[in-house]
Amino acid sequence: MKEQPFGSSSPDSSLLAVDGLCYLENGPYSLTVGVRECVGLSGQSGVGKSQLLKSIVDLIAHTGEVYLDGAACSEIPAPQWRRQVGLLPADSSWWFDTVDRHFTDPRHRFLSCGWLEQLGFPADVVSWQVSRLSTGERQRLALLRALVNEPRVLLLDEPTSGLDPVYTERFEHIVFAYMQEKGAALLWVTHDAEQLMRVADRAYIVEKNGLRARSGGGRDGAVRGAGGR
Amino acid sequence: MARFGERGDDDMDVISLSVADLSIAAFLLILLALASFRLQLGLETRMLTGGLRMIIQLLLIGQVLRFLFTDAAPLWIGCMLVVMLSVAAREVRARQRRRLNGITGYWIGMFSMFISSFTVTFMALTVMIQVRPWYTPQYAIPLLGMVLGNTMTGIALASDRLTSQLYDQRNMVEQRLVLGQSWREASSDIRRDCMRTGMVPIINSMAAAGIVSLPGMMTGQILGGTPPVEAVKYQILIMFLIAAGTGFGVICSIWMTSRKLFDSRDRLCLDRLISKK
Repeated sequence: MKEQPFGSSSPDSSLLAVDGLCYLENGPYSLTVGVRECVGLSGQSGVGKSQLLKSIVDLIAHTGEVYLDGAACSEIPAPQWRRQVGLLPADSSWWFDTVDRHFTDPRHRFLSCGWLEQLGFPADVVSWQVSRLSTGERQRLALLRALVNEPRVLLLDEPTSGLDPVYTERFEHIVFAYMQEKGAALLWVTHDAEQLMRVADRAYIVEKNGLRARSGGGRDGAVRGAGGR
Repeated sequence: MARFGERGDDDMDVISLSVADLSIAAFLLILLALASFRLQLGLETRMLTGGLRMIIQLLLIGQVLRFLFTDAAPLWIGCMLVVMLSVAAREVRARQRRRLNGITGYWIGMFSMFISSFTVTFMALTVMIQVRPWYTPQYAIPLLGMVLGNTMTGIALASDRLTSQLYDQRNMVEQRLVLGQSWREASSDIRRDCMRTGMVPIINSMAAAGIVSLPGMMTGQILGGTPPVEAVKYQILIMFLIAAGTGFGVICSIWMTSRKLFDSRDRLCLDRLISKK
């Protein structure tokens, strides 16, 4: 395993601690993310970044352990773990006819605090038919769907790949507003080097056999400053 | 009460069919095979082998039943029931495009059919018909055959749909799991849909019985000389047995199959499926 320049070895000093995670033929991966911290991940396509996030939410079989606030994933029922460690996949799936049925709480305050409007929706979007929504609209709504679960850690998998610059900026703004308010931790996978600079406190490159610290990673603070509401 | 299958050979109610009569009927199938060839449906081989299989299997079962009816040793009847169940379980598995890896799928089908078909048939024999002994083959075998045949079709339809839907909609299922739903919630719509698929045919045939279609058993009994009202009563009994057998069998197999496709950490395990060819 490679030396982790930032990662703390003690699982309880940070909100999310990934410890020697291996899946399929990848790994081991170890990293930690603290409260109100955003760690960026990049890497060649096909290296298994999405799979890494999926194994952190325990959706694919793996060895090694993941801790949330010191509690091991394997000791928490999987659905409960996934509500606390949320994952926003690159493409969102919708299965009911109307939007509201996909939300655990369609009356959640996140749906009436202005975020819907910032993402370009009228307040009644929750009663819309899903078939009306474009791919980008679904992706923007998927963020709110994930946030309504109030996860303590949010894993984002290329979340803005289908969005134009205006919505990308608003999207980042909302994610950081959420992080500040809830004291959440973020793990952000992106191909976009500029976005990585904007959002991540520190960054790693995902490789087949572990993580490599990314030189020059680190946010310039622009988004996060705006994010503090 | 009418005694189905208990008439002697000298009973003149049935006009005996000659080989020539059956050959004319078989000729119709050959005509259809020719049409299939001309229309390039590609079904002619399957049609002819299917027809041939049917002739051989039915002639054989005729002999087997004649043997069982004259010498009703419980052991032989038991063997017959086991053979029927195993063949049905094999058939359920063969009809699935994506099936459970290993022998598990076979056992699930067998268990589901045993639980449902055997229970309702046993109940019919002991509580309703009250034939003694309950395994009297003239009753037990045709009753079980009809219930089992329909249960098998229902279970095969439903499980085939379950495995292919979970496979095709894996993104949706995983999305629901990611949002913190349990495997039960995440697969609930698919499971419900598959149970409906398995049960709808028998519900439809109950609704159409007597108006659109005259069910096979009743027709047979009437041809055999049973008074229509008695034949109808048997048919009503059979329809209820089939509906219950199919319904409970489908519920059981869908539950067990879907349970097998998720692990203890609520993950969708599609690697437990193998696809046909």
